[in-house]
Amino acid sequence: MKIGVPKEVFEGENRVAMTPESAKMLQKLGYDCVIETKAGEAAGFSDAVYKEAGVEVVKTAAALWKAADIIAKVRQPNDTELKRLSADKTLISFFNPGGNEDGLEKAKKSGANVIAMEMVPRISRAQKMDALSSMANIAGYRAVIEAGNNFGRFFTGQVTAAGKVPPAKVLVVGAGVAGLAAIGTSTSLGAITYAFDVRPEVAEQVESMGAEFVYLDFEEEQQDGAATGGYAAVSSPEFREAQLAKFRELAPEVDIVITTALIPNREAPKLWLKDMIDAMKPGSVIVDLAAEKGGNAEGTVMDEKVVTDNGVTIIGYTDFPSRMAAQSSSLYANNIRHMMADLTPEKDGVVNHNMEDDVIRGATVTHQGEITFPPPPPKVQAIAAQPKAEVKELTPEEIKAQEAAAFKAQTKQQVTLLGVGGALMLLAGLYAPASFMQHFIVFVLAVFVGFQVIWNVSHSLHTPLMAVTNAISSIIILGALMQIGSGSFLVILLAAASVFMAGINIFGGFLVTRRMLAMFQKS
Amino acid sequence: MEFGFTTAAYVVAAVLFILSLGGLSGQESAKRAVWYGIVGMALAVAATLIGPGAGLWWLSIPLIAAGGVIGYQLASKVEMTQMPELVAGMHALVGLAAVFVGFNAHFEIGNAAEALAIGKDAVKELGSFGQLIAKKSAVEINILLVELSLGVWIGAVTFTGSVIAYGKLSGKVTSSAEKLPGGHMLNAGAAALSVICLIWYLNTASFLPLIILTVAALFIGYHLIMGIGGADMPVVVSMLNSYSGWAAAAIGFSLGNDLLIVVGALVGSSGAILSYIMCKAMNRSFISVILGGFGGGSDGPAMEIEGEQIAIDADGVAASLEEADSVVIIPGYGMAVAQAQQNVAELTRRLRAKGKNVRFAIHPVAGRLPGHMNVLLAEAKVPYDIVLEMDEINDDFPETDVAIVIGSNDIVNPAAQDDPNSPIAGMPVLECWKAKQVFVSKRGQGAGYSGIENPLFFKENTRMFYGDAKQSLDTLLTLIQ
Repeated sequence: MKIGVPKEVFEGENRVAMTPESAKMLQKLGYDCVIETKAGEAAGFSDAVYKEAGVEVVKTAAALWKAADIIAKVRQPNDTELKRLSADKTLISFFNPGGNEDGLEKAKKSGANVIAMEMVPRISRAQKMDALSSMANIAGYRAVIEAGNNFGRFFTGQVTAAGKVPPAKVLVVGAGVAGLAAIGTSTSLGAITYAFDVRPEVAEQVESMGAEFVYLDFEEEQQDGAATGGYAAVSSPEFREAQLAKFRELAPEVDIVITTALIPNREAPKLWLKDMIDAMKPGSVIVDLAAEKGGNAEGTVMDEKVVTDNGVTIIGYTDFPSRMAAQSSSLYANNIRHMMADLTPEKDGVVNHNMEDDVIRGATVTHQGEITFPPPPPKVQAIAAQPKAEVKELTPEEIKAQEAAAFKAQTKQQVTLLGVGGALMLLAGLYAPASFMQHFIVFVLAVFVGFQVIWNVSHSLHTPLMAVTNAISSIIILGALMQIGSGSFLVILLAAASVFMAGINIFGGFLVTRRMLAMFQKS
Repeated sequence: MEFGFTTAAYVVAAVLFILSLGGLSGQESAKRAVWYGIVGMALAVAATLIGPGAGLWWLSIPLIAAGGVIGYQLASKVEMTQMPELVAGMHALVGLAAVFVGFNAHFEIGNAAEALAIGKDAVKELGSFGQLIAKKSAVEINILLVELSLGVWIGAVTFTGSVIAYGKLSGKVTSSAEKLPGGHMLNAGAAALSVICLIWYLNTASFLPLIILTVAALFIGYHLIMGIGGADMPVVVSMLNSYSGWAAAAIGFSLGNDLLIVVGALVGSSGAILSYIMCKAMNRSFISVILGGFGGGSDGPAMEIEGEQIAIDADGVAASLEEADSVVIIPGYGMAVAQAQQNVAELTRRLRAKGKNVRFAIHPVAGRLPGHMNVLLAEAKVPYDIVLEMDEINDDFPETDVAIVIGSNDIVNPAAQDDPNSPIAGMPVLECWKAKQVFVSKRGQGAGYSGIENPLFFKENTRMFYGDAKQSLDTLLTLIQ
């Protein structure tokens, strides 16, 4: 089968969907490659280079669309191009299926299979064909370069003989692929970079790129990025207020704002309002990467650069990747090439449009005369779901009930113990003489006190506890002292020995305890 | 001096002793608590010396002083690693003293009976204790005899038990569990003999049954402790501690001395609670510890261990430590034996100086004495706030980069959780294998104290750092600056 790449017809589009390099790879998959003449010229690939790579060059778009079974291109096809589709053809391109019902209808009527590159699901396996990411990466980089181009000062702070230069402060709103690329570029140029995103879980990624994550003082249930395929979702009005307040606070400080906040299939949220633009210093630059969907900043004009009354430049270009056509073409061509590899598992140059495959199913918007958009959710979760808190928060009533039950059990246990103990005590009292009971009560109380006290002894002090109890157990010396006054020689001898041994114990025990305790110290 | 004064002094002393034990709830208050104990003891001894009934103080005071000198020498020279032996040895002294005092009480009863037969004048010549006895009725005398023999019996068990424990801890007696042929039957026989002697003694009040009872008790003490393996020593020592207290309390009953009763009860309950805590930490019943050895009652073969022990040298350990952010050190008896606590502390200091989070995980039964590891680490000046208990640190292992096991084995044995047939199944253990990397410093291959294979050593993330703990750490310290 033949893969054909026409010249982009969109005004100012410099990219091309096939490079000589990717053509060689496609040929390895068993395909023949065709390209319209001068298709790659704007991206720096001449026809001669294509020919060298074994690509057939045809003169006209019409001839190309006729010759090729699979057409790969960059921009969304226009009406003329859609008319050239037929049932035996497959089109791979950006298609904007969400906002292009007309195009979908036409493609359906033609019976062609259309694969929309922006619909590639965000799962690990599909990353190699995720053209949105590869283009966003370039857009993020280029946004910083474009901002620098319009910004009259250094990014990095310098202390020079001619004076001190403060570093530029850059705020990146939206830490998706473009945002992260912008952060990386901006920090490597030496600017102080702040970043904000509604998904707090990306804070770690932001910080790993060297920027400071701007946290809001706002308590809300975290959005689980995994549920939305790794994209941001619409936030609550309260959250939006908190977010805007934070931006208002930052506006006077920052020199460059790069907004990348996009929510799939929606107008871009307005995040950088008129009053914030007014609060910015003259000479500041706003790069609005969401310009295509209406822009994040108020006053963004799509595809244009405007300067506000207070001297803030707002850049609304939408063709950042096209401005770096050589780079973006080679990345996009690779995405296409990987898509083809997935479509050609046998490497025999024949497309196997497997609608069971998550990635191919997700990206296909029309198939055999049917509109297959929107796709069902992928079988594989895009990103590992955030671990849900396993322990369910207990309601106050449940906690109360639990405590009451524990209290009851404890009371029951204690009452039983007391009952049994008391009964035994009374029983003993019935038979034992009074003099014994007197001592016995002292004994029981002492045991009780001992139990109460010892439970509180800290774990690490168990050895000192043993040493000190050992020392005070030599209280047995009292018995010996009382007997030593006896008249019998044997008694005196034994008592004296006891006194001596207990004496060793008293001094040894206490001294050792003190030695041990003196060693415990805080850091 | 009046009897009332002595009693008052006793009350104050008792309160001081209680405060002394209660003060051990925290490291700082503990330093004050010892002084309470010392003052209490001084007060009690002084009050007894000047109180009624005490005589021959010219003999008592020099004896106490001489004992004090010896005690001072012992206590100031002992190495912290020998602490378990010392404590066990001193329990023996208390036990023996209790036996002697009990014997004396017996003689005094005899004397009192004789004096009563002669007449009132003779009674007056007796000491205060004798006079007390002379007033007692027949039932009271019988109770006295029971108390006395109980005191002697417990004292005798404590004495030989402690001597054996001392021997085992200091390595003079083999530390493995050994029993004479006949095993528990011998103990039961000796116990039965004791009961017979007690009845005999009650009926005749002659010295012979008391002696036989004492010998039986001595045998029980010897045989009981011989049958308990080294790994159970923390329980044994605290149990003996408890016994010495009960012996003192029993003697207190027979002498009618409340302070002895109070202190004996305090010490007895303290030791009992400690034993309970230790048993719980090993998930074993008190009975099974006392009856000795790890009970062979498991119902099936132990789990087969797969894999091999992989050795690592000091360079490897040092490299991993350099990269780690959080380190947990798990010391065991092996560290005490190798006297490696100073090196461990030095390693800790160096790692902490590099900003790493170094902590210690202490299993309740690590070592041979309750809290043994805490004392050793404190001696080496490891700050106590980075020394954590098992429950405090067990959840942190999954976030730990490196766990270092130094001379401990059973307390880090995953078989306790994984293998229901393991002799230590169900014992709470430190889950160090959940750390990213585990290093085990160990003298050589082979099972630990309890003779159980440790699957930890065969785990994929475990590396064996063979060699004497102290020497291994010495080499390691040269590599970590």
